[in-house]
Amino acid sequence: MNVMTKTERALEMKDMKISAKNVQVHYGDTHAIKDVSVEIEDKTVTAFIGPSGCGKSTFLRCLNRMNDTIDICRVEGDILLDGEDIYDKRVDPVQLRAKVGMVFQKPNPFPKSIYDNIAYGPRIHGLARNKAELDEIVEKSLRRGAIWDEVKDRLHAPGTGLSGGQQQRLCIARAVATEPEVLLMDEPCSALDPIATAQVEELIDELRQSYSVVIVTHSMQQAARVSQKTAFFHLGNLVEYDDTTKIFTNPEDPRTESYITGRIG
Amino acid sequence: MSDASLQSGPDMGTPSAKSSILQLDQRTKKRNAAEARFRAYGIAAIAVGLVFLVVLISSIIFKGVGAFQQSFITLEVELLESKLDKSGERDIEKIKKVTTFGYNPLIENALKAAMEEAGVENPFTKGKDLRKMLSSGAAADLRRFVIANPDRIGDTVQFRLLASSRVDGYLKGRVTRESLARDKNLTPVHLDVVDQLKDAGVVAKSFNLGFITGADASESRPEQAGIGVSMLGSFYMMLVVLACALPIGVAASIYLEEFAPQNWITDLIEVNISNLAAVPSIVFGILGLAVFIQFAHLPQSAPLVGGLVLTLMTLPTIIISTRASLKSVPPSIREAALGIGASKMQTVFHHVLPLAMPGILTGTIIGLAQALGETAPLLLIGMVGYIASNYPGGIIEGFMSPNSAMPAQIYEWAKRADPAYYERAWGGIIILLVFLMTMNIIAIILRRRFERRW
Repeated sequence: MNVMTKTERALEMKDMKISAKNVQVHYGDTHAIKDVSVEIEDKTVTAFIGPSGCGKSTFLRCLNRMNDTIDICRVEGDILLDGEDIYDKRVDPVQLRAKVGMVFQKPNPFPKSIYDNIAYGPRIHGLARNKAELDEIVEKSLRRGAIWDEVKDRLHAPGTGLSGGQQQRLCIARAVATEPEVLLMDEPCSALDPIATAQVEELIDELRQSYSVVIVTHSMQQAARVSQKTAFFHLGNLVEYDDTTKIFTNPEDPRTESYITGRIG
Repeated sequence: MSDASLQSGPDMGTPSAKSSILQLDQRTKKRNAAEARFRAYGIAAIAVGLVFLVVLISSIIFKGVGAFQQSFITLEVELLESKLDKSGERDIEKIKKVTTFGYNPLIENALKAAMEEAGVENPFTKGKDLRKMLSSGAAADLRRFVIANPDRIGDTVQFRLLASSRVDGYLKGRVTRESLARDKNLTPVHLDVVDQLKDAGVVAKSFNLGFITGADASESRPEQAGIGVSMLGSFYMMLVVLACALPIGVAASIYLEEFAPQNWITDLIEVNISNLAAVPSIVFGILGLAVFIQFAHLPQSAPLVGGLVLTLMTLPTIIISTRASLKSVPPSIREAALGIGASKMQTVFHHVLPLAMPGILTGTIIGLAQALGETAPLLLIGMVGYIASNYPGGIIEGFMSPNSAMPAQIYEWAKRADPAYYERAWGGIIILLVFLMTMNIIAIILRRRFERRW
C-alpha cells in the first residue's frame, strides 16, 4: 500500500485509534481469525465478547504484536495505529508495546517490590531522569491504578504479597506507568472476586479519560457495564460490532442475540 | 495392580444401592491392600538403599581413617659439626654437598641414645638395621632443616621423624610378626624394640597433616605420601571448568530456550546435547588428547587440559539443568515484561535469569562435582599415572605444569603394591567425599540465598 491511501484513511477516520482491516491469523494450520475488520476509537472502552476459543484474545494480542512471540503464528492484513501499519517491517514490536500496553488475565506482578514493579517500565524506556521523577511517576501510576492508598506505606514490600485484586490493579498501574496510548486488557477480572472486579471496572472507566481501552471479557454484564463499543466474535469471525447499548438491546445478527441471551457459547 | 484389572470380574462386589459406607466393599479392600503393598515396597527399597549407604560410608571411614594418623618417632638429634660442616665456615654451598647419607649416622646415634634412655637393649649390630624403623625420608627431613637453619649445626635439636610404613602398620594393626617373616624391610626383632619405645613414648601415633597437604612419594615411602599436590591439581581444573563451562553453558541454554527459532536445526542441536550428556567420559578424554594436546600442543598432564576436557563433559549437564530452570520460570513473567515494552534481552536478563539462577547454580555445582570425581578422561591426557611429587611454582605453572588430580591420585595409590598405600587410597576417598559434600552444601546455600520466596 502506498503512503497516499494511508493518509487518506487516517483522515477518513479521524478519531480512530486503531483500525484493523481484513486481519487473518493462522496458528500453524488453524485459521484462528477470519477476515476481521474493526475500528477502535480513541478514549473509548471497546469490549470483545464471545464464547471461549472464538479468537478474541488472539485478536487482542495482534494489536500489540504479542503474537510475535509464538513461532507458528502468522498474521495477515493491516492493523493501523494512528494510520501507521504496526506490521510494517520498520516497526520494532518493543517500541510498539510501549505505546500499546497490556494487562493479562492472571495478575502477573514481577517478583520484586511494588515500587520496582511500577518503576521497571519507565526505567527501561528512560522516562525518568532522576530518582525524584521516578518516584513521581510511581506515585502517579499507583494513583491511576487506584491502589496508591493501599500500598503507599509498603512500596518496598514484594508485589506478589498483595491480594489478587490488588495485584491486578498493580499490573494496570504498571501498564499505565509507561504512558501508553492504548491499553489492552485480556480478561482482567476473570481471576478476581466481585469486589475487586468492581474496583477494576471503576478503574477502567477512569482510564477512558486518557486512553483507548480494549477489553476482552467473558462476562457480558461486564461488557455492558464498562464499554461503549462491543464486538462479538464467534468461531474466528467478527459477527457484529456496534455501540454497546445497541448490541445488548437490539443486535442485528441472530448469533449475537442467541449468545447474549445465553443460547450459544 | 492397575485399576483397569480391578474393574473386571462380575463377583468383584459392585457396590449395590444398599451397601453401607461403614463396611468396606470388596473392591475398596483390594485397592487398600494394593496401596499398602506398594508402600511396603517403597519402604523396603529405601531401607535397602540406606543399608548400602551405611555399609559404604562406614567401610570408607573404617578403612580410610587410618591415613589421617601416622606414627612418628621423636628423637633428639645432635647435629654434629664434624659430619655436616667439616670446615666450620657455615658455607651453605658446602653444607649442601653433604648428601642424605651423611645424615644417617646422626640418626643412628640419636636412635641409640633414645633407646638407651628408654632402657631398651639394642639387639642390632649394624646401625643400618636400627634405622629401618624410620622412614627413608627421615634423613632428607633432617638435611632440609639443616640447610634452612645452618646456624643450628652443633646443637641438639628435637625432631619428629616419620616411622617407616611397617612400624606404622604394626601400630595400626596392619603388620604382624607373622607377616614380617618374609619381609626384607623389617624383622620381628624390630617390633620388640618398637613395643618398648612405644611404652617409653618415643614412638607414637598422631594426626597426619602431611597426608592432606603433602605431595605424593615414591613407591617405597608410603608414610610420606600426601594428596595435597593433586588436590591443587583438581582445584586448578575446577577453576578452568567453572570459567569455561558456566558462561558457555548458560549462554547456550539462554539462546536455545529463549531466542532460537523452532526448526529442525534447533531440534537436532537439542537431541545432540542430550546425547552428549550420555557419552562415556573416556570419549571426551580421547577427544581432548587429539584436539588439545596433539593439535593445539597444550602441555600434557596439565590441569588446563584436564579442565578443558572436563568442560566438554560438564557442558551438557549444565545446559540441560539451565534449560530446565529457564523453562520453569512462568511464562506470565515473560509476558508481563514484554507487555510493558521490554526487549527480549531485557526480559531474559532482568526477569527470567534471576528467577532461574538457583537452578542454574545448582546444576553448575552438580556438574562441577561430577567433573571433580571423574578419572577416565584424565587417563588419556596423562594426568592419571603422573606422580604429583612437587608443588607447582606459581599460578600459571599451576595450570600449565603437569599434575595429577584427586581421583587419579586415589587410583594411583590403589594400584600400588604396598598395603600402606591401600589405606591412603581410602583416606583420599574420604577427602574427595568431603570436597563433594562441601560443594553440595554450597549449592544448597546458594540456592537458598537466591531463591525468591515471593
